[in-house]
Amino acid sequence: MKPGFNVFSTTTGIIATGLVFGVLAVLLQQTGNPGNMGICVVCFNRDIAGALGLHRAAIVQYLRPEIMGMVLGAFGAALAFGEFKPRGGSAPITRFLLGGIAGIGALVFLGCPWRVILRLAGGDAFALFGLAGLVCGVGIGTVFFRMGFSLGRSQVQSKISGLVLPGIMLSFVALYLLNPQVAGQPQNGVLFYSVKGPGAQHAPFILSIGVGLIVGFLAQRSRFCTMGALRDVLLFKQWHLALGFMAMLCAALLLNLYLGAFKPGFENQPIAQPDNLWNFLGMVTAGLAFALAGGCPGRQLFMAGEGDNDAAVFAVGLIVGTALAHNFGLASSPAGVGPHGMAATLAGLGVCICVGFFNCKRGA
Amino acid sequence: MSTTIDTRGLSCPQPVLMFLTAVKTDAQGPFSVLVDNDASLENVSRAARNRGFAVTTTDESDGATRIDISKS
Repeated sequence: MKPGFNVFSTTTGIIATGLVFGVLAVLLQQTGNPGNMGICVVCFNRDIAGALGLHRAAIVQYLRPEIMGMVLGAFGAALAFGEFKPRGGSAPITRFLLGGIAGIGALVFLGCPWRVILRLAGGDAFALFGLAGLVCGVGIGTVFFRMGFSLGRSQVQSKISGLVLPGIMLSFVALYLLNPQVAGQPQNGVLFYSVKGPGAQHAPFILSIGVGLIVGFLAQRSRFCTMGALRDVLLFKQWHLALGFMAMLCAALLLNLYLGAFKPGFENQPIAQPDNLWNFLGMVTAGLAFALAGGCPGRQLFMAGEGDNDAAVFAVGLIVGTALAHNFGLASSPAGVGPHGMAATLAGLGVCICVGFFNCKRGA
Repeated sequence: MSTTIDTRGLSCPQPVLMFLTAVKTDAQGPFSVLVDNDASLENVSRAARNRGFAVTTTDESDGATRIDISKS
């Protein structure tokens, strides 16, 4: 390890990172991504699941280049700064489960913590309930941490194991380029595309992957984490990551105000569902899953780029969870919560509480 | 005699929590915290400095880093 100076992990560095992320997210919204969804790690993994045919919800199918860029950007940063260290073996199947539950809970709210920020910055009042749920979910996680919660130590793994998720993402880039979208067609080669709905709304490929690479690079260096931002404040009153969270919110909010894209209230909010109890509870479940797994969905991608096998397993679980959310009617839509969304949210919350309790020194 | 805290293989928040738990037992230290990833190195160092400790780091032979933490 090289304990050298890392400017990105300073207070200035994390604030600058958050500001850049807020600007880039709004840029993606202005150039084609769905409303208040410049970057949404869960939604975009759900779209990837759709593009691969893991679910067949026709309106959310697109191989989002941002996700590929985020993993590959973090991979490049880790390689450049000597931080590519394949490791793993810390309760992988539990992390897979947490990834799946996090994906389902977030799709009941319709957004991950990154989109909570962007929805708030767009004036979406429903997101206040999502934020409250996220704080509660992460707060429950900190209770388990105080009780000695741990998923166990990871061990050093072979170099090749750390290349698996970056390799999959690189193969997705190749798949995208070999099977580009054909206007009006729902499929080209092996990839499915949405012809309407959120999946049909996207920024140009070069911009999407370019932003993803920048976000991945900066987040790997700064350790930006939207869940850690809340957890560290609740657990040990450490505001470092929270400054990044707030900087992203401020930048996106100010830019939306400047562009006339700030529309406060509950009316006509893009890709939002109106049931606030389940906006809240969906994010309680997702927030707890993120907390127990040690990072928001973005941070899991960045750690996977550093060679963390366990984070990669979480990310794969997340993709599977989002596919199940659409196959089994768990995901919400602007009309409301899916037919089985409430049951899945509560079941997921129960499973997370069991995972928390039975992995505590004082549990079991 | 410093208290050694081995956080190798653990990721945040656990290394910081283990350090803060040790501080509750012995407010003055010194402590030696073993970490094996840069995020934990930065987080433990930051938590220690914020509580008025001086921090020095030394590379260990196994790729880990030892953070020596003492009251300045």
